[in-house]
Amino acid sequence: MSAIANGTAVSETSRPSVGSPGVFTSRKRGRGSASAMNWVALRMLTGDRAKYLGLIFAIAFSTFLIAQQSSLFVVVVNRTRSFIVDVTDADIWVMAPATRYLDEVFSLKDNDVDRVRSVPGVRWAVPFYKGSARVIAADGQFRQTTLLGVDDASLAGAPEPRRMVLGSVENLRDPDAVVTDLAGYNSLFPGEPLTLGKTLEMNDHRANIVGIVSASVPFGPLPVFYTRYSLALDFVGRERKLLSFVLAKGAPGARLSDVTKRIDDQTGLQALSSDEFGWMTIWYYIRHTAFTTVFGITVVIAIIVGMVVAGQTFYMFTLENLKQFGVLKATGTTNGRIVSMILLQALLVGALGYSIGIGMDTLVFVAMSHNQATRDSMLFWQTMGLAAGLELLIVLIASLASIRKVLVLEAAVVFRG
Amino acid sequence: MIHAVVCTDMEKWFGAGDTRIQVLRGLSLEIPLGEMAMIEGPSGCGKTTLISIMAGLLDASGGGLEVLGTDSTSMSARERVEFRRDNIGFVFQQFNLLPALTAVENAAVPLFVAGWRRREAIEKASELLATLGLGHRTRSLPSQLSGGEQQRVTFARALVHEPRLVICDEPTSALDAKTGHLVMELLSEIAVRPDRGVIVVTHDSRIFEFAGTIAHMEDGLVTHVEKGESIGRPVPAGIAQGVQSSRDHTELKI
Repeated sequence: MSAIANGTAVSETSRPSVGSPGVFTSRKRGRGSASAMNWVALRMLTGDRAKYLGLIFAIAFSTFLIAQQSSLFVVVVNRTRSFIVDVTDADIWVMAPATRYLDEVFSLKDNDVDRVRSVPGVRWAVPFYKGSARVIAADGQFRQTTLLGVDDASLAGAPEPRRMVLGSVENLRDPDAVVTDLAGYNSLFPGEPLTLGKTLEMNDHRANIVGIVSASVPFGPLPVFYTRYSLALDFVGRERKLLSFVLAKGAPGARLSDVTKRIDDQTGLQALSSDEFGWMTIWYYIRHTAFTTVFGITVVIAIIVGMVVAGQTFYMFTLENLKQFGVLKATGTTNGRIVSMILLQALLVGALGYSIGIGMDTLVFVAMSHNQATRDSMLFWQTMGLAAGLELLIVLIASLASIRKVLVLEAAVVFRG
Repeated sequence: MIHAVVCTDMEKWFGAGDTRIQVLRGLSLEIPLGEMAMIEGPSGCGKTTLISIMAGLLDASGGGLEVLGTDSTSMSARERVEFRRDNIGFVFQQFNLLPALTAVENAAVPLFVAGWRRREAIEKASELLATLGLGHRTRSLPSQLSGGEQQRVTFARALVHEPRLVICDEPTSALDAKTGHLVMELLSEIAVRPDRGVIVVTHDSRIFEFAGTIAHMEDGLVTHVEKGESIGRPVPAGIAQGVQSSRDHTELKI
């Protein structure tokens, strides 16, 4: 007897060996089991290109937003302590007890420097001025600037020499000498090449640019000028009290926390380590500005987009494939194997989407790093970790909903039309 | 003697409270190995529910069930899954091929599930597809195959792991008459073996000629059975009357 199959005669001799009497299935269980079914899971996932790409795009977009906005948030709040970070030679900042952040300056008395120097454990202490000055730019317009006055003798508080783009910190010892930051120079002399020796009028005094520094990007948009403390006082004019901060260095071997506590106790002033003062400033801005709200909303939107679009798409993908999972269940696939298949699908989509999202972020941050105003923008590993954690959460929630649907699925669904 | 399936006073209820309905009403049936048995009846008479229970895809609400000599009602859920994986092959009305897999990959699915390595499973499925006349379409996706070709892939999937019981649900309903006849001819040729049971649920009287026995169902009961040369003869009046009472459990031996 023969059957016609697709026009081809299937002869007696070409019968399959299946079902021969005495032959029962020869099981070849082992490592192949998981890998073959995982491969089936991946084929099911990638079989519908449109949905597969949609899932990846949703995760990628969500990752892009989460990592980008949280990184920008860190960059911007970090700017609030830029002047503190740039002072690398002192490790203690002494200020009025009422000071809550860097830009809230309550002037100290000149002799507070000596009082701090007299505290045991203080190696040295110098005055530091932070205020503002008005300059006349090359175009004849007045510009407000941030003026920082560093110790005349030691130049403690001045930028690190390695950050000088042009000139030297030592040039600050020259008459009327100021060092400006790169962004400030470009703002005051737009389109002009970087050169030293340019002069400005600062609060009716002559200021000679002797150096250009690549300083940390400040929170505000004002150009930054460094000068000697005494010259800074000349620029801003005489007031009874002009000392903004006392910068100090702990003695070798002395614990910073002990030294700052002793300064607090003996002078009645507020002494903080650079790190503490930086964080105090950051927290002040976080608590008293709309930063957190604005960036937080964007991150929450990104999570919602990820949840709704990626989660919903993945859930719908599973729902539409329910019958296929039903076939696998009918064929003898265990629930455990199906769970691992769905998790594999979810994790693959999550990993691909995450990688693409981080790649997009990298491109954006590289582009931003070429812009003067955003040159400090960078993608932090911590925010990449945050995005990874949130995306993992998104795909796990989406897959759990899908898994529940598949686990309660009756395999008998395969017999329904 | 081991039967393919033995159902004893089988009942199946769906739903609860006011919406509770009885689909199988104490059905008894014996299906031997070594031939193709068909279950026939009008829509809603319980055919699909019956084969779902036989296949271990649904639990019966009451009664006994032996499949291939094993008491199915005493198996745990896990044991039932493993029993199904090792002993049962399926042919579905809508084919239910995985659209992302090629013909040969679809045919190899039961081997993947059984733990075969992919290359070996594909090799075995390829041989079977070639035997079924689809050697030249192994790399085609289901969407690229005709209805008859898809059905032959489902035959390969049902048989590739050498199950002892093959359950087919309306295997010809999605095919034209000529193709339906061809695939049934093929099925009877490759699936029927002395140690294997083949159960076909169908509405299609044109394929009754392939049956060794036919169980006619109505309203959750087997009303009468035709066997061998009796197929096609008028239904004995006494058996037909048995359907009138749902409390009257019909016990028929094929």
